[in-house]
Amino acid sequence: MDVLKKVPVREQDAKVRATNFEEVCLGYNMEEAMEEASRCIGCKNAQCIKGCPVAIDIPGFIEKVKGGDIEAAYQVISKSSALPAVCGRVCPQESQCEGKCIRGIKGEPVSIGKLERFTADWARENGIVPEGAKEKRGKKIAVIGSGPAGLTCAGDLARMGYEVTIFEALHEAGGVLVYGIPEFRLPKENVVQKEIENVRALGVKIETDVVIGKAVTIDELMKEEGFDAVFIGSGAGLPKFMGIPGENANGVFSANEYLTRSNLMKAFKEDSNTPIMKGKKVAVVGGGNVAMDAARTALRLGSEVYIVYRRSEEELPARVEEVHHAKEEGIIFHLLTNPVEILVDDKGWVSGIKCVRMELGEPDESGRRRPVVIPGSEYVIDVDTVIMALGTSPNPLISSTTEGLATNRWKCIVADEENGATSKEGVYAGGDAVTGAATVILAMGAGKSAAQGIHEYLSGR
Amino acid sequence: MFKILEKAQLNNTIYKMVVSAKRVAKNCLPGQFVIVRMDDDGERIPLTICDYDREAGTVTIVFQIVGAETKRMTALEEGDCFRDFVGPLGRPSELCEEDIESLRKKKILFVAGGVGTAPVYPQVKWLGEQGVAADVIVGAKTKDILIMEEEMKAVAGNLYITTDDGSYGRSGMVTKVIQDLVEEGKQYDVCIAIGPMIMMKFVCKLTKELNLPTVVSLNPIMVDGTGMCGACRVLVGGEVKFACVDGPEFDGHLVDFDNAMKRQQQYKTEEGRAMLRLEEGDTHHGGCGNCNE
Repeated sequence: MDVLKKVPVREQDAKVRATNFEEVCLGYNMEEAMEEASRCIGCKNAQCIKGCPVAIDIPGFIEKVKGGDIEAAYQVISKSSALPAVCGRVCPQESQCEGKCIRGIKGEPVSIGKLERFTADWARENGIVPEGAKEKRGKKIAVIGSGPAGLTCAGDLARMGYEVTIFEALHEAGGVLVYGIPEFRLPKENVVQKEIENVRALGVKIETDVVIGKAVTIDELMKEEGFDAVFIGSGAGLPKFMGIPGENANGVFSANEYLTRSNLMKAFKEDSNTPIMKGKKVAVVGGGNVAMDAARTALRLGSEVYIVYRRSEEELPARVEEVHHAKEEGIIFHLLTNPVEILVDDKGWVSGIKCVRMELGEPDESGRRRPVVIPGSEYVIDVDTVIMALGTSPNPLISSTTEGLATNRWKCIVADEENGATSKEGVYAGGDAVTGAATVILAMGAGKSAAQGIHEYLSGR
Repeated sequence: MFKILEKAQLNNTIYKMVVSAKRVAKNCLPGQFVIVRMDDDGERIPLTICDYDREAGTVTIVFQIVGAETKRMTALEEGDCFRDFVGPLGRPSELCEEDIESLRKKKILFVAGGVGTAPVYPQVKWLGEQGVAADVIVGAKTKDILIMEEEMKAVAGNLYITTDDGSYGRSGMVTKVIQDLVEEGKQYDVCIAIGPMIMMKFVCKLTKELNLPTVVSLNPIMVDGTGMCGACRVLVGGEVKFACVDGPEFDGHLVDFDNAMKRQQQYKTEEGRAMLRLEEGDTHHGGCGNCNE
């Protein structure tokens, strides 16, 4: 065994998986996990923990895996995370825990994500559930949104003994884990539903089909329904479009719509009652995880797929593993390319996408080199479908119906980074509703801080 | 689960259901809509609210069979449940936010076409409760598919029924009735038109000439209904609007109806296929020109 390298993880063959929705990564088995765990040198001043937004005791759980006591490893993780089977699959480990791993200086870092996933999967398969609260505190908390931020906040508060109700606008709990991230990256029935069941097992109630701000306002929840505190984890919001000609043509979708149809409504299945456009040639505009998810979904539905991104490969915001997988599966990348117009046929359908080539100029405010148009570089990519994966802008449903809730100039809810407190007493917030579109684990980190903030607020009262 | 307390068939393709939905009934207002899902396999279907009873905690919906899913929904009976019933969604009618006194001074004309009669009804009823008697034109192709005549008569000021074939009431399209009323000397300050897209388009074309401000209610394709998917985007005054959060009511003189009508056709082939699957089941093996099998 080469201690400088990760124990390789088994994956579905790229050619095979490009035609199915089964999970790409197959994960470690016990033997592989114990071998990988033995690469951890158990640093006293562990840097990996500092890289984890929910501060999991990483060397602590890996030590248990090393010894083959996976149940103990699971309980170590459970203290900090309500969704380990999810995080092991979708966290950008390369820029967090694994990015700080001492092993990574000379060789490859310890495969922390895959070990976390193994531990959580093993616990699920063996019927291990997290330990709930011993005593109830008799205080009620409303959590708005059942995505990563909401589930984490609810789980933590329930463990402290609070009575928690989650309100979800959609018909199924899970937020972006259910409507956004595809099956082949995050299995719904076996992984997401099971983790939600674990949160329920802690005593958390989940009420679906409730749109806060419409059916009931935050003020009503606190005044009429007796909630002592509220956490807003309502997620990102309205999809952005480019504002270029042809964008309202038939065959142009937001990635949100395309993914929601496929993931939440199961349109990828033949017998689904919800339709989805199966284009012959599809351009996905954007370079983040959502763009990769949409592109790889379209590929699996039988389309030839192009990613169109205005900067270069180095700036792609998606996880390295997703880009790597997308390429393996046959997604074609048009980098340093920016759409200027969507071409439309006489019946109103997309017939192509006109782009210009870009080059990188001076760095902009984000520190990334600004893409500049190369004059006279226009060209047309022949496509019948365009999916816009450009991020989202905040949904005003809650901020516009809650008096005294401050938002910033991007209309995101303003919340204290330390404890999630908003400008309104007893109301906390975190996740994409505060930061704009970010990652699952950052939302979880915010949910966790807010749970602590709410606990301090209610115990100080 | 949301229980169906009453069910009635209003004509050959339109059904009415009274559903127990306390959270929706508590805060809903005319102009808003709900999304229903009949079972675990159900599609999310947006439907405008036709009536509500805050005391009883019920909401009335009216829907027309337009595809496989609405056809499937007709099998639900009294005592059965919708798996999901979420709302109220969208913004209430602007009338609900206006000052009552200035509202009472206004001459309001409603134009309802086909199943669009259902969302017109709660607005007229609400106005009636505020002491405002609004005139209502209801158009239907023929007498036998006219819906909600009695209910509307009870809440409207003047009710003008018209059928395309002249089989009942006045004869001709709703636009002709608007024209006739104006020529008869009627004056209106605002018109609210709800019905098929093509009807709203022609009503708006006429009212623009008449200089009569007109509000329309759009029912584009939707998935979540809370602003998340953007499927319902429409062009209003050259700007992209989401019907689910910015609407569903818009200034009819600014709506790009041609674009909206094209967008409504987006899944027609898939819907046709689903309908065939439902009607013919396993016996359908291609050759219809609608499917690739």
